[in-house]
Formats: sequence, structure tokens, C-alpha cells
Amino acid sequence: METKYISKNGLNEWFSQIVKSGKRVYAPVEERGKVEFKKVQALSEVAEEYIQTTQSIKSAVFPRAEVLFSYEKENGKVKVEDFNPDAVKETVLWKVHPCDAAGFKPLTAIFNWDYTDKLYNAHLEKTTLVTFSCAKADKSCFCTSVNGGPGNTTGSDVLLTMLPDGGAIVEILTPKGEALVQLAASAFENDKGEDKSKYLADVPQAFDIEEVRARLATAFDSSVWKEQSERCLGCGACAFVCPTCACFDIQEDAHGSKGKRIRCWDSCGFSLFTLHTSGHNPRAVQSQRWRQRILHKFSYMPDRLSVFGCTGCGRCSRACPVDMNILEHITSIAKK
Amino acid sequence: MTIDKITNEAPGVRTFKLKFQNEEEANAFNFKAGQFGEYSAFGEGESTFCIASSPTRKGYIECTFRETGKVTSGLANLEEGNTMGFRGPFGNTFPMDEWKGKSLVFIAGGIALPPMRCVIQNALDLRENFKDITIVYGAKSVNDLVYKDELKEWADRPDVNLVTTVDPGGETPDWKGEIGFVPSVVEKTAPSPENTIAIVCGPPIMIKFTFPVLEKLGFKDDQIYTTLENRMKCGVGKCGRCNVGKLYVCKDGPVFSKEQLNNIPAEEY
Amino acid sequence: MDKLREKAAALLADGTVTMVLGYEEGTNKPRPVFCHTAEQASKLVYSSQCINNLAVYLTKKDIMGAGKVAVIATIPTLRSILQLSVENQLNEDNLVVITVTDKDEVKQFANFAEIEAYIADFELKLEGKEQEIINKLEGMSREERFKFWMEEMSHCFKCYACRAACPLCYCTKCIVEENRPQWINPWASPLANMEWQINRAMHMAGRCTGCGACGDACPVGIPIHLLTRKMIEDLAPEFGFTPGQPSKNGNALSTWKADDKENFIR
Repeated sequence: METKYISKNGLNEWFSQIVKSGKRVYAPVEERGKVEFKKVQALSEVAEEYIQTTQSIKSAVFPRAEVLFSYEKENGKVKVEDFNPDAVKETVLWKVHPCDAAGFKPLTAIFNWDYTDKLYNAHLEKTTLVTFSCAKADKSCFCTSVNGGPGNTTGSDVLLTMLPDGGAIVEILTPKGEALVQLAASAFENDKGEDKSKYLADVPQAFDIEEVRARLATAFDSSVWKEQSERCLGCGACAFVCPTCACFDIQEDAHGSKGKRIRCWDSCGFSLFTLHTSGHNPRAVQSQRWRQRILHKFSYMPDRLSVFGCTGCGRCSRACPVDMNILEHITSIAKK
Repeated sequence: MTIDKITNEAPGVRTFKLKFQNEEEANAFNFKAGQFGEYSAFGEGESTFCIASSPTRKGYIECTFRETGKVTSGLANLEEGNTMGFRGPFGNTFPMDEWKGKSLVFIAGGIALPPMRCVIQNALDLRENFKDITIVYGAKSVNDLVYKDELKEWADRPDVNLVTTVDPGGETPDWKGEIGFVPSVVEKTAPSPENTIAIVCGPPIMIKFTFPVLEKLGFKDDQIYTTLENRMKCGVGKCGRCNVGKLYVCKDGPVFSKEQLNNIPAEEY
Repeated sequence: MDKLREKAAALLADGTVTMVLGYEEGTNKPRPVFCHTAEQASKLVYSSQCINNLAVYLTKKDIMGAGKVAVIATIPTLRSILQLSVENQLNEDNLVVITVTDKDEVKQFANFAEIEAYIADFELKLEGKEQEIINKLEGMSREERFKFWMEEMSHCFKCYACRAACPLCYCTKCIVEENRPQWINPWASPLANMEWQINRAMHMAGRCTGCGACGDACPVGIPIHLLTRKMIEDLAPEFGFTPGQPSKNGNALSTWKADDKENFIR
């Protein structure tokens, strides 16, 4: 791990070298009234004044629809063409926030516990994360309550903390990060000894996550689930914008004798998620599905995979049409 | 996999005997009783079925399914010699090594005999490892009984006590078996709980009424096993569908003892 | 506000209703609230910021329960209630409908006919930016319009918030959930998304009450309500209904009459 300094001009130089190297660069871009990750060619395209993108960047390693394999049928026999990991392109995710980078930890845990997912790992291997610390936060943010923070390094390859002079403190955290820095090594100067914490947003801790986890362990039959979920509409917005939600569906894109097997995003909030062929549905009402969402993220995942399924980015709360504010819900559970 | 043989078991129910197309894969393949696979009808999708044959029988696997939806209808349209897909084996297994020297009672209803057939065949192939073997199997009607030929085999064996039953109204004039629902037939058969393991599989309602009967007969929770039928898609603990508490039915199950089930909220499966 | 809270509390206290469905303060704007006791009625608010269409809950049996329920309805919600009534989805006897007038008066409707008379005074029209988009679309060629919507659809990720927020999407099995045959591909891709939205617009044809809940719910900012809204404008003269009024002549897509024109059938 090494800390350096980069000036405003140095940043421009480094960015253009990254683009020149042929890597795809995704960065937050303001468009249609929203800020979303999009492929960019120039630093000028990158959005400046915003708190958080609407969607997470998990689609870089877990696309919303992905071909698992394609097949062709002929005379009762079938030819199958598998996913090709070599076809995955080198990608740089520029200006993700620490809560986004932290989201890769639970994702990697899900896709690598026991059986290792070939596709996810192929994407992750070719992805470098350049994270920017947060100087601002809004009332939906709560990274500090879930083992995170506006300047945390978890999951990042390089962490930049912007300084008033337009330059940044650069923390080079992994070999991948080092390799990316080397693309414009001369743009980086020696660490000026700036204290990162002076430039970070203030995100007061709202609850103690271990205390929440302990309470949830005995909360299965609580009335809180019905109370909290009455207004939930059962759409997939929260799961889809979430950087750690990874539940998926497997579907067939069939065209006569040819076709593809597709993996696509799904949500435990949808009514059909757990439906048995017999017609029996263990989670037939929304309160049961809401309970699953919370318990899975804050109780089952830490128990099973030793990682929480939430990074406090607040996207679910901002995206929800009926303001299911997860910070509010968890805080109320912590206070019960 | 190539479909080697198709057997029509009952209205809408078929058994496929499958062989690997790739010899290397065939040789490398290994499974234990209780495990399941994801079977592909190319063009329709995948469906989850247990492997219904025993690992003691080499060179092929079998699956039995009822034509119910998109994928199973696609499978039902396939013919002998056609290719279909298989991913597996997934899930945990019946702890047969732990059961050596014990008596076994198998209780199944309708289309739930296939998940048990693997372990029944396995036990019969290693008959000397177990004391008494009792099988209680029931279906809606005589026509709905699956594995009719095998049932005859089991009935003819002196070292197996087979009790078949049909629901009241499902009998034919020449039906010689029991008439009644499986839980009540189990009570009538009254297997002894002494050094015995009971394996139960059937529709939720059958299980709901069979567990109390076993309890009444003296079976303890660690003597009762079942295999759960949650909705599963990926089979490898990733897609999240079968997540119940901190367990994944596709990884920690589908075989569970009643003792383990007591720790899972009953409404979740 | 106080009069509204008093009214709601009274209805709950004397047992007239088991629940009052209204709005409470949310993180950034008011959100739906379910009051089960008179004390909870003190949370109720009402303002122009109350955008969610509460009629979406009226067809959810496990939320509504078996008893009588009161709903505090904005104008868009009132329109949806009337359309749901025309489609036989509501029991007039189990519903108490209340609104707050321009003059801040709490008004309880005696029956649905009274609601219909009330909303007749409120014209359904788009404002500002949204009317601009419609004008722009109307000036486009067919190809340009398709390109516009395909670009919007590339952002859609099939969360179905639009469907979930729409009071008229109450089908227990949505067409996307039907897989024999798979009419609409369930994954997110520009074409699969377009299939879904075209289908929704068709199923809304002649039924949509123009509340805009779908567009408001969309997390990625697709103005999906303009698609269904434009359908209202296009269909109204052809099928003889007034935008914003319930379609008493039946839905455009699902109604057949013996005297329908057949001169286009060759």
C-alpha cells in the first residue's frame, strides 16, 4: 500500500492514458436528470455535483442479463457453446464511492462460496476500481452504521480523496491499482502528508449493526415485518439498484433450433420468487418477503458468509416509489 | 445426456433413463443417494428433479417427472435417442453410512416416491447393511402409483415389507393393497421405532399428518428424515431462491432430519 | 390538516372503519400510511406533494382485510377509484372515500356517483416539461419516435415499479409471468423492455386515468406515464370517452359490442 499525490493536471493526464490504453472506462455521467454510470472517453464527461448514482455499478461484474451458454439443436443432438472468459474486456470503474467498492465484498462472497462462479470471476478479474472518497452525504446515506465510511478502502484498487486545489491524495491499494497507476507514473508525486479525514463527509452512525444482528436473530415472528411493509408495492427497484443484491433468474431465449440460456436479475421481493410448481408459495404475502430481505442482508448473510449484505449507500431508499427507507426501518429495529 | 429409455409410469408421469454422451464425464461422475440435478430441455429451460436411481447402479442415471409446466412439457416431447442436458449432482445426501445396522422405514406419497427410490434401491443393493426394511407407499389411485414393475419386485422380496395404499375411491375391483391415506396406513403398519430410521417424502399435507403419527409411534426427531422440495434454479447456492434462514436447500439440503427442520421456520418451506 | 386528522380519528374510534389509508411525512416527500388506531391518525398529512396513488392498495386483499376502509384520496386517486369501480374491482359498501378540497375542507363522499360529479370539474391535463415532450414526440416521424423510446427503454431494468405503482395493474398473474407461451421475455434488454412497455400501454388503453404514478415510480427516470397518457389522448375521440372520466363504454381492448364496425374486415 502506497500513498501519493496527484495534481489536477496529473489527473487529466492519468485519465487520458487510461482511455488510450484501450480499457473501457465507466464513470458517473449526468443525463436525463439522473446520474448513472456510462462509458466515457474524457474526464469532462464525468459528473461533478451529486451525492450518489441511481444504480450501482454491480452490472460491471454481474450484468442485468448475461448469456450463460448458447446451443443449437440438430437431429435430436445438441451443440453447446460455453461462456468465453477471454472475451471479457478490461474495465476501469472510475469515481465509484467507498460504499460501491465495499459492495463487491458481499457479491464476491455470494459468487464464490462453495461453487465458484466462472462468469462473475472472469468479469471481476478484468475490473479495476478507482474509488473517490465522499466529501458530501445526504440523509439516506448510512455507511458508518454498516462497517463502512466515506473514506474507506474496502474493495478498492485505488482510493482518491479530492483536495481543495483540484488535486487528490492517492492511496494505491492493490497490484491492480499499481498497474493502473503505472500507465501515467510521472503524473503522480510524493505524498504531501495531507490528512484524508479533513475532507470526508460527516455521516453520523445511526445504529450498531451487531446489536441489530443480535435482535434479528429472534425477530422472525415479530409484528414489525407487517408494520414496516404495509406500503411496499413488491417491485424490484430496491434489489436492482442495490450494489450487493445478487439473486437471479435463469431463462431461455429460444429461437427455433437455436437459443441461449440467460441469467438475469431477480428479486426476493417479487411474489413469484419462491413459488413451488405445486402452487404452494412459502412467502405468499409481502410482509414475508420484506422480512426475507432484511433478515438475509443483516442476519443470514453474516451468519453464513461472514459479511453483511448492505453497504449503507442508501440507493434503495432513494429509488423506492413509496419511501421504504431502510435506514429508518433498521434504526427502528435497533431501538425496539 | 442421451435419453436411453422412456417409461410411462402413470398419467403424465415419465421416467427417463439417461446416459452420458461424453465417456470422460461418465467415468468422472459420482453421486450419492439424495442428490438432485438440473435437467435441461433445450429450448424450454431447466427443471429440478432428484436423481431417482441408486449410485450402486453404474452407467446411467434416472429421473422421474410429472408433466406440469413449460420445461416438463418440453421434456415430455423428447424421444429415446434425443439429447437433453444435465447439471449435477447437487445437494447433500442421505447419511446411509450412519444408518448401517438399523432398520429403515420408507414413507412416500404419489410423485414423491422418485426422491426416495434412489435410497430404497441403494439400501436394497446393500441389503446386508440394514435390518428390517419397510416401505409404505400410497397414491391417489391405482393408476397413479409409479414404478409399478419395481413395486412388484419389492413386494416379491421376502426381506422387504411393502405396504401399498390408494386413497379411498382410488381402488380398482382387483386391488389387493390397503385403502386409506398414507398417514393412517403408517399408523396401522405401526413400524417399531427401535433402532429405526424413518424417511418421509410427500406433499406437504401428507408430511404434516405423518410426523405426528411417527411421534406417537415413538420416533424421535433425529430418527426422522425428509427431503424438501423448495423452488430451486441454480442448484449451487447462488440465485437465492431456496434460501431459508441461513440455509440453502440446494446446498445444506434437500435432505434434512426433523431435528434440523425444527430450527427452520415451518412457513418458509 | 387538523380537521382531516380529527375526521380520520373519529372514523377509527367509533369503529366505522378498521383502517384509514392516507399520507404521512416521508424522507423527502409524503408517503402512504395505514392508520389502524385513532392515535395513528395524528400522522396524517395532505398537500400537493402527495403524489402516490393510494388506489393501488384498494385491490390488495391482504392489506385491505375484510372490514370497511377509509381512503384519503387526491384527485388522481379519485379518478382511479372510479375506473376500478367501473371494472368491478371495488365494493362501494366497504369503502369510505374522503378528499380535501381546494378550500382545505374535508369532504366525505356519500357514494361513487358523487365522486364522479366532483372530479368532472377537474380537467386532466399535462403541464410544462411533460407537455413539451409530448409536443416533441408529436412532431417526430414514426422512426424518430421509435428511436426515442428505444433509447429510453435501454435504461429500463425490468423492476416493474411501473406495474407495481399502477392502481389498474391488479392482475393476479401478469402477462410477463405467463410462460406458456413466454409472451414477453423477462430479462432486461432494449427490445425485451420495449415489448413489456408496449404491452402495458396496450393493456392500459382506454383504462389509464393519467395519474402518472408509473412515471413517478420509475427509479431510472423513464417518463413511462407519457406513453400511457398519449394513449388516452389518441383513444378518447375514437372510443368515445373523456380523458379523466371513467370509461363507461368499456375498455378499448376488451370490449366488444354487436354493432361494432366491421367494414375493415376483408
